[in-house]
Amino acid sequence: MARAQTGTAGRRKANGAEGQGKAPATVAATKEDLLEYYRQMLLIRRFEERAGQLYGMGLIGGFCHLYIGQEAIAVGCEAAKRPGDQMITGYRDHGHMLVCGMDPREVMAELTGRSGGSSKGKGGSMHMFSTEAAFYGGHGIVGAQVSLGTGLAFANAYRGDGKVCFAYYGDGAANQGQVYESFNMAQVWKLPVVYCIENNEYAMGTAIDRSSSETKLHKRGISFNIPGEEVDGMDVLAVKAAAERAAEHCRSGKGPYILELKTYRYRGHSMSDPAKYRTREEVDEVRKTRDPIDHIEDLLEKNGWADEATMKAIDADVKRIVADAAEFARTSPEPDPSELYTDVYTEA
Amino acid sequence: MTDILMPALSPTMEEGTLAKWHVKVGDTIRSGDVIAEIETDKATMEVEAVDEGVVEAILVPEGTEEVKVNTAIARLAGEGGAAAPAKAAPEPEAAVDPNPQPASRAEAKGDPVRAAAAAPAAPAVALKDPELPEGVNLVKVTVRDALRDAMAEEMRANPDVFLMGEEVAQYQGAYKVSRGLLDEFGPKRVIDTPITEHGFAGIGVGAAMAGLKPIVEFMTFNFAMQAIDHIINSAAKTLYMSGGQIKTSIVFRGPNGAAARVGAQHSQDYGAWYAHVPGLKVLAPYDAADAKGLLKAAIRDPNPVVFLEHEMLYGQEFDVPEGIDWVVPIGKAKVRREGTGVTLVAYSRMVGFCLQAAEVLAADGIEAEVVDLRTLRPMDIGTVVESVKKTNRLVTVEEGWGPMGVGAEVCAKVTELAFDYLDAPPLRVCQEDVPLPYAANLELLSMPSVERIVAAAKAVSYRG
Repeated sequence: MARAQTGTAGRRKANGAEGQGKAPATVAATKEDLLEYYRQMLLIRRFEERAGQLYGMGLIGGFCHLYIGQEAIAVGCEAAKRPGDQMITGYRDHGHMLVCGMDPREVMAELTGRSGGSSKGKGGSMHMFSTEAAFYGGHGIVGAQVSLGTGLAFANAYRGDGKVCFAYYGDGAANQGQVYESFNMAQVWKLPVVYCIENNEYAMGTAIDRSSSETKLHKRGISFNIPGEEVDGMDVLAVKAAAERAAEHCRSGKGPYILELKTYRYRGHSMSDPAKYRTREEVDEVRKTRDPIDHIEDLLEKNGWADEATMKAIDADVKRIVADAAEFARTSPEPDPSELYTDVYTEA
Repeated sequence: MTDILMPALSPTMEEGTLAKWHVKVGDTIRSGDVIAEIETDKATMEVEAVDEGVVEAILVPEGTEEVKVNTAIARLAGEGGAAAPAKAAPEPEAAVDPNPQPASRAEAKGDPVRAAAAAPAAPAVALKDPELPEGVNLVKVTVRDALRDAMAEEMRANPDVFLMGEEVAQYQGAYKVSRGLLDEFGPKRVIDTPITEHGFAGIGVGAAMAGLKPIVEFMTFNFAMQAIDHIINSAAKTLYMSGGQIKTSIVFRGPNGAAARVGAQHSQDYGAWYAHVPGLKVLAPYDAADAKGLLKAAIRDPNPVVFLEHEMLYGQEFDVPEGIDWVVPIGKAKVRREGTGVTLVAYSRMVGFCLQAAEVLAADGIEAEVVDLRTLRPMDIGTVVESVKKTNRLVTVEEGWGPMGVGAEVCAKVTELAFDYLDAPPLRVCQEDVPLPYAANLELLSMPSVERIVAAAKAVSYRG
């Protein structure tokens, strides 16, 4: 029952006064920035909740991995990116799509497998892309995005265009061999890639200390001479600051950089995971004490920037966007049968 | 007013138990609140609120079993300020099918003929090798140098083309195919990699996604099995999965098939493996002119191309046109020898074996027609069928194992398209169905040979 009182408004009240005890009274961000990060994180959360609902209604099929709890990472890194910087991630990709400027309608319609989806319905939850937004997927093979992202960075170095690639992966993928093959080449060739490890503590159902001989994943670059740091992945400003440092390291020609972003996913690995490998108390504790949206609300309040009208307007705006995306995803037609044979090969 | 529906935990769930309510009538709920727990025989899960409002009614009490998915389980009174348009709320009477089967998809699935009819037809324009302009000299060039020349010419023409692989730069290539390229193009474009096929194939594909044109050399295709995930899952499928957005123009090349006395792990023909995969183009040339012309075509192609070379051909010399931009079209077989008695279909090194077999057969009065597939995907089955219509007999020859192989595909297509023209069941000459042995005599026994091709051609001709 206690959980029933932890909604947005409830959280604001509960945490607003005593707070999380670590939010500084002044922050290295403007009111506008903070409100924008809040808006983006809230958009991801509401979007994912709605995606979960559509999945429950049978409108989304197959695998569907929700990003709830990890919002500060995609938003914080995005805030550190410059125009043209690329992004690539695994299958937990909806949040990344939303922050890089993709139309929520296209993202939701891809989840429902409709023609209005970003891949015309042919990719699904795990396979979404946007060349326009320099978002290179959306990859279903654990760890593949790390080599591919290193390849995107290779292209940046080849062209000398100053771009940086942000390659995201989880604590599970961190044990894949190709990650270390990529580390090696990225450092030998000084490629501008930021390896963003979203350490949510569980690789599907396997806790990190059951699968990893070194659980401090930011140390995994030591034998390749790649610097790494641990970051509070629930604090959007900490993420942004670390991502800026990492990107600057890359842009200055020093090669790759590792960020281990400590986070937590509230939902199961995918929609069909009941998450029996951890206790409800553990999840509750994170939600109550480390929630990234609570945290930014707290920052806004402490700075006196959380006036009710503004916050309500953002909430309403986000709800409208998500409702509109869901409606679009329900009503967008399925792809025409002729699409079965398109996009297998390209002419130019 | 909004109804909360019984959710499915998985695409296959049809009903479940409403185990527990975490809210009661009169409670205000917010997005993300856990409002209930539901159970199936497999799992228990929490239901989080998406819609907001005050609980007006609990429609299904806790403890109720066999609650159908999408049944209304509670009702919310709309709260002031809710921004969602009414129509976005779940419709109580919608009774959404948890496994919606659109009429259109059922149609495409249920009618293979119609589905096949919708498949893209062969290109209308006949693919032909370029005509040799008058006065062009043919010069003897090894397959090795022809491949090198193809890469060098394309690298001169396009600064986005680069070569990466083990020993391609300072060592000048494990088989000397890249000899001289480092000197001409420098280390930025001719790149020695560590021995990490999985990683550098992925880096190559990533660079291609960013618009470069990598040539990824595998020291042999045996080692590309470490990288096959990126060749198939990352390179071949991404155009489709991205709805046409992400193009991957990349060439994976290197020697394929058995060399000599290197044992089972270094002696395998991967033609059938890659030719199985939509999204890839797969080339396997025989002579130096095709090696050069097809490699240039592969580098220019906007799709991922698997380019299968043969170590035993690298040192062989063939005529190659000199001084012109020699590009051979992908997807076109070549009749290497004309004949009316039997059709021999092969690719790569086996074309040479077939040409030798044809001479032996000619001495016996059987004129064999030798079709060099050159491209395994998309396969030019039309040229094979035209030949079979003339000869009425078919033998396929490949270095790979027979089951599920290239020969199996050729035989299937010929029986589908020219069944009435066949005067004998087609035969396949392949590697014996064993890992390639090391011992010299056993190795010879396991490989296709001129003698076995001759024997098969005679068998389909009913000549003993």
